[in-house]
Amino acid sequence: MTETDLSNPELAEVEVHGINRASFLLKGALATGAVYGASAVAPFVSNALAASSDIDILNFALTLEYLETNFYQVKGKAVHLSGEAKTMAKLFGDEEAEHVAALTGAIKKSGGKPVKMPQFAFPVTNQAGFLKLAYTLENVGVGAYNGAGPSLTSKALLAAAGSIVQIEARHAATIAVLTGSKITPNGAFDRALTMKQVLAAAGPLIKK
Amino acid sequence: MTDHPGSADDGATTGVVERLARDDVERKRFLKMAGKRMGAGAAATGLAAFIAACGSSSSNSSKASTAKAAAPSTTSSSSSATSSATAAASSGDLAIVNYALTLEYLESQFYAKVIASGLFKGAVLSTLKTFGAEETQHVVALKGVAMKLGTPAAKPTGKFPVTSASQVATLAATVENLGAAAYLGQAPLIQSKEVLAAALSIHTIEARHAATLNLLTKKSPTPNGAFGSPATMQQVLAAVKPFIA
Repeated sequence: MTETDLSNPELAEVEVHGINRASFLLKGALATGAVYGASAVAPFVSNALAASSDIDILNFALTLEYLETNFYQVKGKAVHLSGEAKTMAKLFGDEEAEHVAALTGAIKKSGGKPVKMPQFAFPVTNQAGFLKLAYTLENVGVGAYNGAGPSLTSKALLAAAGSIVQIEARHAATIAVLTGSKITPNGAFDRALTMKQVLAAAGPLIKK
Repeated sequence: MTDHPGSADDGATTGVVERLARDDVERKRFLKMAGKRMGAGAAATGLAAFIAACGSSSSNSSKASTAKAAAPSTTSSSSSATSSATAAASSGDLAIVNYALTLEYLESQFYAKVIASGLFKGAVLSTLKTFGAEETQHVVALKGVAMKLGTPAAKPTGKFPVTSASQVATLAATVENLGAAAYLGQAPLIQSKEVLAAALSIHTIEARHAATLNLLTKKSPTPNGAFGSPATMQQVLAAVKPFIA
């Protein structure tokens, strides 16, 4: 990418700290940031700069779980959900919060530093829009974990990630049933998403 | 990415199982895709690509994988990628794939019997047909993977009680939750990254099925709370034993 893409002070600082093996991903994320808005990428970039690849992945997952938790717990209240949607959002919000706690603990235990929760902006104003975005986010979560899983070097962390992605899939199916959407939107095999694809979906929802 | 036609992005991330089952060329391509795309200076690629790149440049993966050859495939030579993938998958992974294949055979047969029973109609029948077709696709894919690794497990003959809609729905929910637990239990034991990716892509389908059937039978879509529970091979085989003739 060009130097102008690095002109954002936030990212420049990241670049200064960016070292060795993370540099490739950093460049990739910056390139994506040029498309999706540089500040949106910052949490992901900082994830990429952690010392260990497993920690990178856990922090990436943590950012997604922050996003989901905030969506259910804060946006869910703001759009005044009712009926089954309200019950579901409460349950799922609690479970996503448990994922945040578990990932935060795992990162610390692995010697890493958990990323802070970014600020989010969800462009929905009613229950229908909320459920539609919830469906998207859960399916992105499934794809993100399935994409990252084979890269985890720790089998214990893989087991943990597996136990979380199963819940994301269960959430996605539940929302599908509730809204009449496809229970298995990818057919018989769930897609593994690349970071680029995850960023395309989640990046615009991250303000800072 | 010059030698990857059209949807190289999608090709790297979809249909892992089918491509694995198809041929060695595709398997090698899967392993090498990341490096080529990085070489082309593409924008962000997958985490897998990132880690693969780290492994080949810093020997990180070989250090982490110890003697178990858990990360066989980050080298740039296609021949070594193939041979190490095969070596890693020849014993333990084949057993796991065959175990999964056996479970998928049973699930596929179960849905076939349920669909033929006439107990369901409308939207529920339609959903059960979809699920059954997906289990059949899992059978085909896993059999293909098993053939690449060695000899596929023999097809079992299932025997399932099919007496009423509610009994069948409850059994279906039990079967799918067990399936999800079975894949979750095996994931950390799989040596080959490619086989793992395939298993993960099936695991979340079982989870989607399980959640749907739980809702159908008025149970929580997340019966184990925020974290799915794994089951060991012994636990699962004991649970399915009554359903094998």
